[in-house]
Amino acid sequence: MSEHSLELKGSLFPLSVLHCTDASAATLGPLLSAKLAQAPGFFYQAPIVLNLQDCVDVPDFAALKHLFSELKLVLVGVTGASASVKTAAQQAGLAVLQAGKAATTKSAASEAHSTSSSAQSAQKTAATHSLAAQPVMMDSKVVEQTVRSGQQIYAKGADLIVKGAVGAGAEVIADGNIHIYGSLRGKAIAGASGDTSKRIYCYNMQAELVSVAGNYWLSESLQGEFWGKPACIKLQDETLVISELV
Amino acid sequence: MAKIIVVTSGKGGVGKTTSSAAIGTGLALAGHKTVIVDFDIGLRNLDLIMGCERRVVYDFVNVINGEANLKQTLIKDKRVDNLFILPASQTRDKDALTKEGVERVLNELAQDFDFILCDSPAGIESGAMMALYFADEAVVVTNPEVSSVRDSDRIIGMLSSKSRRAEQGLEGIKEHLLLTRYNPERVQKGEMLSVEDVKEILAIELIGVIPESQAVLNASNSGQPVIMDKDSDAGQAYLDTVQRLLGEKVPLRFLTVEKKGFIKRIFGG
Repeated sequence: MSEHSLELKGSLFPLSVLHCTDASAATLGPLLSAKLAQAPGFFYQAPIVLNLQDCVDVPDFAALKHLFSELKLVLVGVTGASASVKTAAQQAGLAVLQAGKAATTKSAASEAHSTSSSAQSAQKTAATHSLAAQPVMMDSKVVEQTVRSGQQIYAKGADLIVKGAVGAGAEVIADGNIHIYGSLRGKAIAGASGDTSKRIYCYNMQAELVSVAGNYWLSESLQGEFWGKPACIKLQDETLVISELV
Repeated sequence: MAKIIVVTSGKGGVGKTTSSAAIGTGLALAGHKTVIVDFDIGLRNLDLIMGCERRVVYDFVNVINGEANLKQTLIKDKRVDNLFILPASQTRDKDALTKEGVERVLNELAQDFDFILCDSPAGIESGAMMALYFADEAVVVTNPEVSSVRDSDRIIGMLSSKSRRAEQGLEGIKEHLLLTRYNPERVQKGEMLSVEDVKEILAIELIGVIPESQAVLNASNSGQPVIMDKDSDAGQAYLDTVQRLLGEKVPLRFLTVEKKGFIKRIFGG
């Protein structure tokens, strides 16, 4: 290996793709800073790819680069651009990226266009790993009181902590884990956006329904050893597993 | 500054109007100038329970629409000083209440009265929302059975999200649980939820337990608030409740099965 002082290898990195219809710095500026204000710090110095599919005019890339650096973002390239826009982007020192399979969703357009299947599968793990590696923590949503019948609480992209109970006929939903320090008598849905590693913890299990990443149990499946006791629900080999809280 | 208390439950038939009449009368008996407002537009009952149905001339909706003033509309109770009733309209429906109208009437009442008791209609629709919107405190009337408890849970959720205090980010409505139609014998047999069960589920402070009692029906039929029947268990339980509402510490009564004495066991009691 010591012979190789230089090595060029294809890798896949998750990148945030910004979709917009008007890519002028004047329009984009306020919209983007409002968006960033919703999750301050989350996109700090994040590499961004601009998707110009829906844009008609050739944007002023110098102004855009300035805008992005002001907002503490790194504009690395463009995608979905027409031929004239591509040239302008390249002149401004930006990479032109081909839209990957996942480019229409939130992230993961690749700079190196590897098509090998191993790289494809690596894409997904790389995405989760690098998210975990980011030092930015998403705040958990904390509910101070009891969640009453008829109320619905959704923790988007975060864990949910309920200090009270969750009443019969109430629903608590989180993209992350759910922690309930009172009784769970209603419905609890963890990993709502499909994350199978998420769990539900509660101090007193009497749920109407529990679900992790779409796999659910109704109350009758829970009536057993752990009914009315502290319990944890997780997903193992695509089936729900209940265990006690130690 | 008048205190606005809503008497609510979600479910119908649990004893909201009976409790409004009893608590309102109790507060007046304790020397506080009190008005009970019937929010059940279209299903006017409070006047019957209070025994003043023949004295209704104008109603709440008339006042809101400016067709009558409060002085003309308020009915003064003949038995208790300091007690007034603002009757509901029997001919209109709940949409006749507007937030602005209700606010104006309550503000006007607040200048004169110590306590404004809002007798809420059942349900969670506009009428019930209107009754709880301006409240400072709430008495959540619940029967010891599962459907009533669940509906109460729902209404407690509404109290903490749909009220003026919630919308303006003020300190939340103070919620009190009033358990009515409690039958210790049936609780003992496991046919009814116990006080502890209900308290555990609803997790709000208990202000009173009213035993199931023949006296309540008798009182309703005769148009006499049950709290005035001081010999009855229900009447005494309401008196205790009013004292707790006024901040006094009174131990709970009527929670256990009364042991029948020797004579009663032989001759039947």
